[in-house]
Amino acid sequence: MRRASGTENQKKREGRLAGKTVVENSFFGIHPLLASPKKFSKENLIRWIITATGWITVIILTLIMLLLFTEGLPIFSTTNPFSFIFTTDWYPVSDPPVFGILSFIVGSLMVTLTALVIAVPIGVAASAFLAEIATPTLREIIKPIIELLAGLPSIVLGFIGFLLLAPVVQNAFHLSTGLNGLTAGIMLAFICLPTIVSISEDSLSAVPKEYKEAAYALGATKWQTIRRVLIPAARSGIMASVMLGVGRAIGETMVVLMVAGGRLALPNFITDPLSAMTGRIAIEINNAVFGGLQYQALFAMGIVLFLMTLAVNIIADLVLEKQRRRYA
Amino acid sequence: MKRNLSILAIPLVIILLLTSCSSGPSTPTISPTSTSSSSPTATSSLSGTIVVKGSDTMVNLAGVWAETYQSKNPGVQITVSGGGSGIGIAALIDGTTDVCDNSRPWTQEEVDKAKIKGVNPVETKVALDGVAVVVNPQNPINELTLEQLAAIFVGNIVNWKELGGADAQIVVLSRDSNSGTHVFFKEHVLQAKDKKAEYGKQVQFLPTSQSIADEVARNPNAIGYYGMGYLSLEQKDVAIKKDSSSPAVKPSAQTVKDGTYPIARPLFCTTNGQPSGVIAEYLNWILGPEGQRIVGELEFVTIP
Repeated sequence: MRRASGTENQKKREGRLAGKTVVENSFFGIHPLLASPKKFSKENLIRWIITATGWITVIILTLIMLLLFTEGLPIFSTTNPFSFIFTTDWYPVSDPPVFGILSFIVGSLMVTLTALVIAVPIGVAASAFLAEIATPTLREIIKPIIELLAGLPSIVLGFIGFLLLAPVVQNAFHLSTGLNGLTAGIMLAFICLPTIVSISEDSLSAVPKEYKEAAYALGATKWQTIRRVLIPAARSGIMASVMLGVGRAIGETMVVLMVAGGRLALPNFITDPLSAMTGRIAIEINNAVFGGLQYQALFAMGIVLFLMTLAVNIIADLVLEKQRRRYA
Repeated sequence: MKRNLSILAIPLVIILLLTSCSSGPSTPTISPTSTSSSSPTATSSLSGTIVVKGSDTMVNLAGVWAETYQSKNPGVQITVSGGGSGIGIAALIDGTTDVCDNSRPWTQEEVDKAKIKGVNPVETKVALDGVAVVVNPQNPINELTLEQLAAIFVGNIVNWKELGGADAQIVVLSRDSNSGTHVFFKEHVLQAKDKKAEYGKQVQFLPTSQSIADEVARNPNAIGYYGMGYLSLEQKDVAIKKDSSSPAVKPSAQTVKDGTYPIARPLFCTTNGQPSGVIAEYLNWILGPEGQRIVGELEFVTIP
């Protein structure tokens, strides 16, 4: 940064000499405008507003994080962080209350993993179909429909899971109840499917057509081309779509609340009734006494959830960036 | 420039909408003359708004009360929402509701919390309710003692054959911790003998009474509980024995009122301080013959 500042200043000077303000090199973006109030034109006003909105987003996000941490961290003065994360007793309204969220972390991970096992093969196959096999007209029809699925309110999927899927799952696997992790996982697969299909399709379409032409020139069939050339070439984009799907599934609340069964014990199998972190927070935050221990514990659970989705999103970003650089 | 202005307009519109929503109902504009002509016998000169929040067990009852009362008194606007007794109590403490419906008494902790905020909760008993224990109609079990019931929900009895039923795992369904019924059932059934008893780990917590009713209706291994108002022919109510030597009693208006049904409770409307003005009129109407007739119609029990 220090080394670059000389050339930066030089660039700025050049910029001013040329009669325009160089914004992209200043840290806050507002600075050049303040430095030259005489150039307060319409152009500058718009630029200022846009910069401000950008910064407001960042500030709001920071404040949300700050709130999450200030409300959640105090729980660790009464419950030690290790037992909070690695024990399974959750009695928030007992006296004294006990907070251990391992069951819910495992529950969240189990339903998310189930959703992925179902959604990834279907999603990647569907995106290969859209990118390579479907005619352009068909693609123009199918892709928006799949993306429309993403807009389906999750409560509607919750109803479908509760009324239609739960009895089917119960009978198919001879379970004592149809409200369990598997039912929730299947419904979550529907939720992350559109993300996976849409982004995978984009990255498959972004593979340079020379790859495809070379494969066909070598006598490869369509299937061989898709499997051995296109999917490996687009794998980081497909990975990113999966990661974004994970983020979508792990944060989903309504579906798991309605169909996962709501048992507080550590689930042994995916066919056990279970609770996920999101559902617990949603159901309990309403009657938690403001600032009380249960309230703090729920915020702390929110922190854990936030860190998990943050990690997933960062990984997705890194993978996408890799893909972008490869075909830049 | 036009674009800019429209961007700025969005938050303005939102703010306007929000303020108009909150200020709208609080300034009723119905004149006394027009209301008196529509229903001359009722006390129709009343006007104002009442916000009612709380128990899911009571939400249907509160809804019918509000509708009937509003049709008699068009100047009064009553908004009813559920969520659980805990939610209603938290709302009364925070001052976001006028009346809190609670199906369990306030805890000392909640009263203290309210006093700190300058809220003085005054409970009015408005009806009685029996918590019905339900199983699937296919289940051969017809009666349980309180002790057996506690053992099922704590997790000491896990198979129906231990009670003389089929060889199948018991699917135990409970309301979630935001429900007054959850707390009432824990304190009156689970902790009847052992003050430290908790719901067992195999218990499934479902978000609403209706979802318990639906699951019991279709799952032959399920057992659940909820207020008597939710009973229907799709579930079988279990007769409860106080102990092994006492008679088995089914939940009904009669058995709740005469105290023979062991899992019964009072339902309350709580206000901040003694009710006054339109709220006092409303609560008096609820306690009067018309309000209590509705209590009976919705299969709750009128206060003696």
